[in-house]
Amino acid sequence: MAIEIIEEGLHTTIQDQGRLGFQSYGFPVSGPMDDFAARMANILVDNNPDEAVIEMSFIGPTIIFHQNTIIAITGGNMSANLNEQPVVLAQPVQVKKNDILQFRTVKTGGFGYLAIKGGLDLPEILGSHSTIVRADVKGVLGRKLSVGDTIPLSHSYTTGYQLNWGITPDLFTYIEQPAKTIRYIEGAQYDWFEPNSFEQTEWIATTQSNRMGYRLEGNPIKQRKDQQLLTEATTFGSIQVPSNGQPIILMADGQPTGGYPKIGQVAEVDLNKVSQLRPGQPFRFKKITIDKAITLLARRERLIRTIQYFVHEKWGGIKLCQK
Amino acid sequence: MRLQSISENTIMMTLPNNPDLSTYLIAVKHHLDNQAFILETVIGYRTITVYFNPLQVTHQEILTFITATWEQKQAEQIHSTLHHIPVCYDKAFGIDIEHVMKEHQLSLQKIIALHTTPTYNVSFLGFSPGFPFLTGMNQHLATPRKNNPRLEVPKGSVGIAGGQTGIYPSTSPGGWQIIGRTPINLLPLDADRPTLLVPGDQIRFYPINKTEFEQLQKEERIKNGN
Repeated sequence: MAIEIIEEGLHTTIQDQGRLGFQSYGFPVSGPMDDFAARMANILVDNNPDEAVIEMSFIGPTIIFHQNTIIAITGGNMSANLNEQPVVLAQPVQVKKNDILQFRTVKTGGFGYLAIKGGLDLPEILGSHSTIVRADVKGVLGRKLSVGDTIPLSHSYTTGYQLNWGITPDLFTYIEQPAKTIRYIEGAQYDWFEPNSFEQTEWIATTQSNRMGYRLEGNPIKQRKDQQLLTEATTFGSIQVPSNGQPIILMADGQPTGGYPKIGQVAEVDLNKVSQLRPGQPFRFKKITIDKAITLLARRERLIRTIQYFVHEKWGGIKLCQK
Repeated sequence: MRLQSISENTIMMTLPNNPDLSTYLIAVKHHLDNQAFILETVIGYRTITVYFNPLQVTHQEILTFITATWEQKQAEQIHSTLHHIPVCYDKAFGIDIEHVMKEHQLSLQKIIALHTTPTYNVSFLGFSPGFPFLTGMNQHLATPRKNNPRLEVPKGSVGIAGGQTGIYPSTSPGGWQIIGRTPINLLPLDADRPTLLVPGDQIRFYPINKTEFEQLQKEERIKNGN
């Protein structure tokens, strides 16, 4: 009852909704870079949206299944194929024992997600199945996945027929047609900076970007006067400006405190767009109010719940053999 | 006092700078952490940041609650543990100790004495899991960070950066001047005690030699099951 990694990909990790409640001990929250795509993958196989998934970065892994199960793949297109046949994204797919699922270099976006029905059967670390970073933990939750790793699954599932429905690819256009504009709200030190140049500059994410942070490049942002910040809380989406004026956006594995001033905070609904930006893709920042950001978030959550409701109804009519 | 909504789900309270702020912040943190509608709180040198679900409780409600808590809260006794942390200052571990000696024209013995005399307070944890921000270092030891941060500082390294001292709980990149290493594991990772040190604790360092370091390291490994 397991899957096994036979090619590891560039940076393949296990992520659930994140390690909540431990930031004051210095632990990052972690969790998926593209939370929307990860939740959709889980919803498609009728999992809890926060169930652990496999996150794949830029080059995907190759995985062999040691049991029958049902999977769904979302996020950046990594040309997934199952026994050398292309797999349709964003729909549930039956896999059988000894099937080989292979991913390649990502064609759109940067992060892809693989959800497995029933979830992964792993012990939690501090209440979460998200890969823990900078804590010297041994085992599959303490590092990126590598060749030979086996991950036990909670259940085995078989339907008598192939499933041929999914959710509309329109939900994922943010990956194929990258956002030209990333919305943000004022950061704690917004008034330390000249905001006009920040909004007028065309930014790119550099190749020095990862799950901890995205380093941006563009017209340097000037601080109005020389001030130092005392270390304070930071969070996923904080836009820090170090003294060289080139911003760093803290990402899912970002540290929970930091000493750089923050000009802004990426709106939560646009975090997945930032995550799926490819190095070199130009974009601009646009300020919105916090009330607007919360309204957008509430709308996003309603959309997710609605999709979950309909997909769950669909699963209600499917005969499953579970072992 | 300043209150700011810094994201959809966080409000940060910033206080006027004051060296004794830490105990206040910890007392307020404990009170806030006990509220069902508050998910977690993170303290800094002069800030406390409150995380909540903005679809369940409004920013205005949180603002009102924090203000009331702050006004009611007097400095109260916080539970504090004093930890005695062994450090081997041998230059095999204290890879920058010779630099610090030169910088201040001090002997190795003098540096060890200056570093092991004070009782340090853990103001908060941050930067990486279990990393303590300590106050109380003798300012004669203050040394600027390295110009080029190391890609890998070994787990347990004890360092100095400007006027601060600290311990790296796990192997990570870093720019601190490394003066020694402790064999003690700062990351027990138990759900009720994920880190050895918690805000409000106190620590004192004491010097050990290399043989004692290796012995203690062995004991720690057995204790932590690896």
